Amino acid sequence: MRKNAVIQALLAAGLIASAPLASAASNLVFCSEGSPAGFDPGQYTTGTDFDSTAETMFNRLTQFERGGTAVEPGLAEKWDVTADGLTYTFHLRKGVKFHSTDYFKPSREFNADDVLFTFQRMLDKEHPFRKAYPAEFPYFTDMGMDANIAKLEKLDDHTVRFTLNSVDAAFIQNLAMSFASVHSAEYADQLLKAGKAADINQKPIGTGPFVFKRYQKDAQIRFTGNKNYWKPDDVKIDNLIFSINTDASVRMQKLKAGECQITLLPRPADLEGLKKDPNLNMPSQPGFNLGYIAYNVTHKPFDKLEVRQALDMAVNKQAIIDAVYQGAGQLAVNGMPPTQWSYDESIKGTEYNPEKAKELLKAAGVAEGTEITLWAMPVQRPYNPNAKLMAELLQNDWAKIGIKARIVTYEWGEYIKRSKGGEHDAMLIGWSGDNGDPDNWLGTLYGCDAVDGNNFSKWCFEDYDKLIKQAKATTDVAQRTELYKQAQHILKAQVPITPIAHSTVYQPMRKNVQDFKISPFALNSFYGVSAGK
Amino acid sequence: MLSFIARRLGLLIPTFFGVTLLTFALIRLIPGDPVEVMMGERRVDPEMHAEAMHRLGLDKPLPAQYLDYITKLAQGDLGESLRTREGVWEEFLTLFPATLELSLAALLFAGTLGVIAGVIAALKRGSLFDHGVMGVSLAGYSMPIFWWGLLLIMFFSVYLGWTPVSGRIDLLYDIEPKTGFMLIDTLLSEEEGAFKDALMHLILPAIVLGTIPLAVIARMTRSAMLEVLREDYIRTARAKGLSPARVVFVHGLRNALIPVLTVFGLQVGTLLAGAVLTETIFSWPGIGKWLIEAIGARDYPVVQNGILLIACLVILVNFVVDILYGLVNPRIRHQR
Repeated sequence: MRKNAVIQALLAAGLIASAPLASAASNLVFCSEGSPAGFDPGQYTTGTDFDSTAETMFNRLTQFERGGTAVEPGLAEKWDVTADGLTYTFHLRKGVKFHSTDYFKPSREFNADDVLFTFQRMLDKEHPFRKAYPAEFPYFTDMGMDANIAKLEKLDDHTVRFTLNSVDAAFIQNLAMSFASVHSAEYADQLLKAGKAADINQKPIGTGPFVFKRYQKDAQIRFTGNKNYWKPDDVKIDNLIFSINTDASVRMQKLKAGECQITLLPRPADLEGLKKDPNLNMPSQPGFNLGYIAYNVTHKPFDKLEVRQALDMAVNKQAIIDAVYQGAGQLAVNGMPPTQWSYDESIKGTEYNPEKAKELLKAAGVAEGTEITLWAMPVQRPYNPNAKLMAELLQNDWAKIGIKARIVTYEWGEYIKRSKGGEHDAMLIGWSGDNGDPDNWLGTLYGCDAVDGNNFSKWCFEDYDKLIKQAKATTDVAQRTELYKQAQHILKAQVPITPIAHSTVYQPMRKNVQDFKISPFALNSFYGVSAGK
Repeated sequence: MLSFIARRLGLLIPTFFGVTLLTFALIRLIPGDPVEVMMGERRVDPEMHAEAMHRLGLDKPLPAQYLDYITKLAQGDLGESLRTREGVWEEFLTLFPATLELSLAALLFAGTLGVIAGVIAALKRGSLFDHGVMGVSLAGYSMPIFWWGLLLIMFFSVYLGWTPVSGRIDLLYDIEPKTGFMLIDTLLSEEEGAFKDALMHLILPAIVLGTIPLAVIARMTRSAMLEVLREDYIRTARAKGLSPARVVFVHGLRNALIPVLTVFGLQVGTLLAGAVLTETIFSWPGIGKWLIEAIGARDYPVVQNGILLIACLVILVNFVVDILYGLVNPRIRHQR
């Protein structure tokens, strides 16, 4: 009886009480999709890891403008580049404070030592911190920075100089990427002395707009607004909470029920329901991504241009946009999205013409009923929400011109491994932009250097490759634009890929969320965002 | 009794080794390695790949890896997660209270409702209620958990707004995890209303997870009760003029519960298996969700040792149930 009374009393207390945080401060709950692997951005490659680290707690020397691909000053106020494009001198911002928490109290402000620690740890395998806490920095390696940075020097407390081995026109953009987030050298020293180097991945210290409070695995990450942030106007939220929900339908239900104010991109099938909800806003913008078909030009009959052209013009792209993207996609005509600078507007889409395709196949000597494999991804990606359905539509399109496509799929890791090995005939794949530089599309995906990696067509075309290499080695934007435009024309004419779509990005949020900007890099940043009642 | 316990213990050792071998082999049969999975479409630098595989100890031949694993296990070292680099045991300890809390709530729901429904169905055999309970329990047993969970969320959380959609508590409550059991932590915290909020969060997942055990327990209680009610001692009790309630609850139910007890033990396995799905639907941060993510990331130590820990738990519970059963039933105890 007594126990009942206690429970009753507790329930009654619950009924009259409200959540204390709700009434006291400005809170924002973001329904995220997964737990971060850790809190040291350099070690990771996914948006899930970057949203909860680089985007919240850290800054970089240069930063992307909110919601855009343009680069603006970050921890470096300004920079100079020598005429040969090989030396970059960064003038660091003064008065920037590292976070003060119960596990670290900084004794000094941000300076050149922090930049040196951050980059030398990634560059030097013998670095004492890396010895104490071995780690790899895959994104840094992937962008070629480990090979290209020849020297890093501290000129004075607020000036650092990077010397490169070869000109990299995207160097400033690369420094703005999440993996290049700047750590505190003083904190690293403290950890090293205490024999707790691994804590750099569990108890983060940065200079960013939010300060780490607590992480409960698979449940939540809590941050508080940084009251000492160097851009005070950017911190409009007192408590930023990541609520971790792996299931997409549950995230949408939570948003509708008001349990979170903003969530990740919805699935196309959820769009209609969300648009109708009067409590939600759903801004959208064309995605900085591309879903495409890659033809393996090392396999017969794809070595023949006429065959690739025939398959390209037999694809009913509009039907795919309607069925697979459910209208939330933009027809792609080129090897990169239209929002990428240097995009050539004069390039037009291939005409849908099955009859002409048949003729081309006949001319190329491809017999009716020729079998090919068409690989379909087993997972949903931002650039392709349903690869299996897309493959079925393509199978149908190509059957009309006498090509029998057998759909092949593997588990995701195996899919990538085998396709990098060139086992496929044609495959569905795609890309989301990393740094806003044209080379991140035209070089990374179609260049000769990428034939063993992301160049899934295995297409190495000398004239094209010369142009993109030349463009990468010059810093003059006008000259680069011209070279990339020429390259795009070759890409279009040679058809190593059939561009399908750029998915439209929708960002559902409660109406009280103000000033959120959709990132072209599919990251979620909450600085500058406010959450009313 | 001691030899009975010794026999049972003897069986545990091969079971334990079987589990280690099976999980070790199965997770490695899935294509892809942790570094490749992490890189996705990106280029995997061969040198970096080799370094990472070496650091993770995955460049050795499989028998050597298994030997390392077993040696470490014998020293009580469960290794660390390849993905988060935290100790597997520490991660398990952080997440297990959430699963235990949910499982206990589900078992409480299934046990209470199942026994009551089973007894009434047995007493009113052939009635509409009996047919109803059996029909519903069959449906409950066959219900796909994922679908059932989403259906309840849509109706109770979104349409009626009675219960929260997911999670263990409204995140505007800042509850420091002291015991890991949210109901206890909310009581320990000074935040008003937090306990009720945590309780409300527990209702739907407990119902979803408890549905299959509920169906099993209800049917088992009904058939055990029917059998017991036919026994001579029940007739004798009735002939002695005891009240119907005393006959049913003291003489009938007490004996009928013996087989139901075994079912309870077996349901622990069902609950932990069901927790994998229930936790995913309700964003419940427990070991089920942990394992699913570990499989996706090819986090070998987490998958191997997480499954091993769960297997140990199931074995342990069944062992205790066996002992209890042996205690209450001498025929089992003396079987050779």
